[in-house]
Amino acid sequence: MDLSFILIQALNGLASASSLFITACGLTLVFGVTRIVNFAHGSLYMVGAYTAATLVPRLLEMSYGPATFWAGIVLSALVVGLIGILLEILLLRRIYRAPELFQLLATFGVVLVFQDLVVQIFGPQDILGPRAPGLRQPIEILGRRFPSYELALIIAGPIVLGAVWLLLRRTRFGILVRAATQDRDMVAALGVNQALLFTGTLFCGAFLAGLGGALQIPRVAANTGMDLSVIAECFVVTVVGGMGSVPGAFLAALIIGQLQAFGILIFPKSTLVVVFLLMALVLAIRPNGFFGRPEATGGSHVVGIASRAPVRSGPLLMIAVLVVLAALPLIADPYLLKVATEILILALFAFSLQLLIGVGGLVSFGHAAFFGLGAYGAALAVKWLEASMFVAVPSGLLLAGAGGALIGAFLVRLSGIYLAMMTLAAAQILYAVAFQWVDVTGGDNGIIGVWPPAWAGPRAIYYLLTLAVTAIALFGLTRLIDAPFGYALRAARDSEPRAESIGLAVRRHRWLAFVAAGAGAGLAGALYAFSRGSVDPSLLGIPTSVDALTMLLLGGIQALTGPLAGAAVLHALRDWIMPLTPFWRLLLGLSIITMVLIFPRGLVGTVFHGREERA
Amino acid sequence: MTLLEAKGLRKAFGGVVAARDVSLTVERGEMVALIGPNGAGKSTVFNMIGGQLRADAGSVLLDGVAITDATPQDRFRKGIGRTFQVAQAFLSMTVLENIQMALISRHREALRLWTPARERYREDALQLLAQVGMEGTANRSCAELAYGDVKRVELAIALAGDPKLILMDEPTAGMAPAERSALMELTDTMTRSRRLGVLFTEHDMDVVFGHADRVLVLLGGQIIASGPPEEIRRNPKVREAYLGDTHGLRPLLTSSP
Amino acid sequence: MNPLLDVSGLKASYGRAQVLFGLSFQLEPGEVTALIGRNGAGKTTTLKAIVSLIPAQADRLVFKGHPISGLSTYRIARLGLGYVPEDRRIFTDLTVEENLEVGRQGARPGRSPWTPERLFRLFPNLATMKRRRGNEMSGGEQQMLSIARTLMGNPDAILLDEPSEGIAPVLVQAMAEAVRAMKSEGVAILLSEQNWAFAAAVADKACVIERGEMRYQGPMADFMNDEALRRQTLGV
Repeated sequence: MDLSFILIQALNGLASASSLFITACGLTLVFGVTRIVNFAHGSLYMVGAYTAATLVPRLLEMSYGPATFWAGIVLSALVVGLIGILLEILLLRRIYRAPELFQLLATFGVVLVFQDLVVQIFGPQDILGPRAPGLRQPIEILGRRFPSYELALIIAGPIVLGAVWLLLRRTRFGILVRAATQDRDMVAALGVNQALLFTGTLFCGAFLAGLGGALQIPRVAANTGMDLSVIAECFVVTVVGGMGSVPGAFLAALIIGQLQAFGILIFPKSTLVVVFLLMALVLAIRPNGFFGRPEATGGSHVVGIASRAPVRSGPLLMIAVLVVLAALPLIADPYLLKVATEILILALFAFSLQLLIGVGGLVSFGHAAFFGLGAYGAALAVKWLEASMFVAVPSGLLLAGAGGALIGAFLVRLSGIYLAMMTLAAAQILYAVAFQWVDVTGGDNGIIGVWPPAWAGPRAIYYLLTLAVTAIALFGLTRLIDAPFGYALRAARDSEPRAESIGLAVRRHRWLAFVAAGAGAGLAGALYAFSRGSVDPSLLGIPTSVDALTMLLLGGIQALTGPLAGAAVLHALRDWIMPLTPFWRLLLGLSIITMVLIFPRGLVGTVFHGREERA
Repeated sequence: MTLLEAKGLRKAFGGVVAARDVSLTVERGEMVALIGPNGAGKSTVFNMIGGQLRADAGSVLLDGVAITDATPQDRFRKGIGRTFQVAQAFLSMTVLENIQMALISRHREALRLWTPARERYREDALQLLAQVGMEGTANRSCAELAYGDVKRVELAIALAGDPKLILMDEPTAGMAPAERSALMELTDTMTRSRRLGVLFTEHDMDVVFGHADRVLVLLGGQIIASGPPEEIRRNPKVREAYLGDTHGLRPLLTSSP
Repeated sequence: MNPLLDVSGLKASYGRAQVLFGLSFQLEPGEVTALIGRNGAGKTTTLKAIVSLIPAQADRLVFKGHPISGLSTYRIARLGLGYVPEDRRIFTDLTVEENLEVGRQGARPGRSPWTPERLFRLFPNLATMKRRRGNEMSGGEQQMLSIARTLMGNPDAILLDEPSEGIAPVLVQAMAEAVRAMKSEGVAILLSEQNWAFAAAVADKACVIERGEMRYQGPMADFMNDEALRRQTLGV
């Protein structure tokens, strides 16, 4: 490895660090002032890229030259800034005081809306932007060719840092932003209109996201996957740098840029893994990142399951429901049975998340990690060990439980938003592994041929098997929740100081909750693999995690049976509506936003609550 | 043997020393009040004894055994119960379940996975509730209780650990005036009948002088006086520093408008 | 003359804990009123409730003729009601000058606006540390800055929470003089104090609060001269 090669790699690292910083800087500014982790930040980045890739060529047709190109980039960023203003006025200002789970979910709803809108407006195909006039020729560095546009990017990062620094230090707006980052209420008590300040901040944040996206057009084609890939990296940068810290974001971006550039030499297939491991490491040593402050408003997750007097007719009712469900194959066609099977599996998946969120107050945003581990565990056992279903499904469960143990060990020290982002990161690590470790996991294509033995092949049989396993698992989890273990978990959620002062080992309980929830989700994942006959990395993706959260939210976090109803409703709706419209994600996104704004208790929760109100 | 003995406790946050060389004792059957103006270091001292904060120097002994570095969990098992300034109870549970939870933990059954928690130690829990006069609310959700009643539940939770020592951080803060004396009467009775030691901080001087056997005055992180209530009331240093004597501000008053 | 600030039947709770049980009092223009009471009596809660920093209910809550009950905190501040919190809440990452900038509001008719220069004359200590960050200042200096910052909004009245607490004795005297200086500039002050000697040195009127209820209201001088009353209301 000679010197020039190292230099080129370092420069590559700097270029990606620059892009990453510009985007992440916007996210961290917005978080600092509004305390909202804006999931839709990646969508704004994507819109910036699409806008620039569409707009800049038109402008260049009118007048070709570097000035036009850069003006087009800035103009695109401004457009995105305006979208940010709309986002703040229409949505964010309504959820500033909501629990962080709802904030994340609502902004993820925006992600879904944008995914459909972008396809509608810009078309389904990727758009590669024009190359920058004046920067088309590579330059030579120590005998190697290096794209000159990358050099421009390297310069852009510090320019943006400087501009943001000036904005924050030299303008009244910037001073107010810094003051609000530290103490919002005091800023209000001094007569500053927070609404305007927040709107302005969102404009800046969105502008930076748009700029980050627009700057990519000569090197990366605008595509519909950019939103989630960049948001995951931005999360890492802001978490490692410390939420709300601009210099922290810069430092973190630099480190991550270099880590990616050189990590690719050491682990050619796992750059993402290296990055997320860095995040895990930093958070393990400094739970608030490089320059972050402890969150004063930690533990804003106040909703969850409460004690209910046992219903005398409960067991009878459950048996009746089971009998009805078991009788379904008598009337249903194979397609309906397939849907019913999947609903059962997803119900178990969502219910295992309920153990973490509703009972433990542990807002996990990466529950797909365990679902995917279960699915892959089963599929890998089939592929490599030629295991039968009866060995493969428990293997999936074990792998996911072990994953819960490992990930949980990292997570039990964290709380609030850091916990949510860390769980998401854990899921993304596994996603990256599944995607990049092609030899073992089959990469993007996944693993196929994961079928049950012939006798269990018919839909009706597999449905009944799933029903039996799911029912047993749900029963077990319910016992767990009602047992001292579940109560202790809930105790720690209600009041950590009180739980500790009656001798409860809070972290151990939380760790075990991750193991149990992981195993539950893993079982669901394994069943899912055999139901579909295949696995692929999307099972580990963010949308899968959000599905679980949506089911939970739909059903209600306060109700034990909420996730079961939520799974049924979501999956049935998806199955029914998705074929009818190209706007499924838009509808889903809007529904999630509506639910957060109007029915934060969920369907079952709202029904129960209404009943209690009347009582 | 002295029940609680703190020796030379010290704690600094950054450059600010919140407690320096704080020593105190609590005997069985004794109620000791720790008073002082805001920022005097009461909470710091309290949390070092409760295990929420680690002391930079000094030691804490319970029945002669060092517990300086013990976690709050360990302290609970060694016989320290506590209540909080803002009452901390498990609001998603019923009143009875709050007590049952503490009993389950005391019997080291918090990791059991099968038998429903609400069936464990019902009788014991009801008995404890009766002691604080809350047996009538056993099956109500803790979230529905009046604040003063939550404080009573807290006391019952603390008693469920069968403690030798109870730490009460501003036991009457946030309570309606009428509820205050009732809670302190109750604490008084518990202390005498069970031979407990109680260390409490308090702002309400009626509570302090009405119920404490001994009063410790903390100022600037140091104990400036200690003794029976009457002696403290008369102590000129204390009056000046805390109770608001005019003495220290003579020059101000003479220049008054 | 109408009172500048008219409070009647003010109630507030922290969560389920009720702290104020229906307080009523008035603040006249250009006057200093002291809310006196021990720690935990409800003084801070009263001030926070008035500026909507915590939810509260009141039969009547009027400032300069505007009902301010339920108004957002920043609108109340815009009307000219400043608030200086007990814990000062200086923006520690910001310099002295930047802290003042956050507090700046437009001038009010008929009065010359406060400027950093004027404030540095009022608080000479601050003039020597314009570029210093909040986290490098002593408690007393922070207290001065917190008051100066609120004055930058050109308020007609200031709610001043325990200005004498936790600061060096030499600064207590300076603080008392600053309060008088503000009064002479026509700023009305609602002062919360547990140090009634400090209150006696600066206030025209005394309101004694205990356990969230008003125990006494009247001229400060009467309260000072009546030892039996003091003993009865404050226990000293």
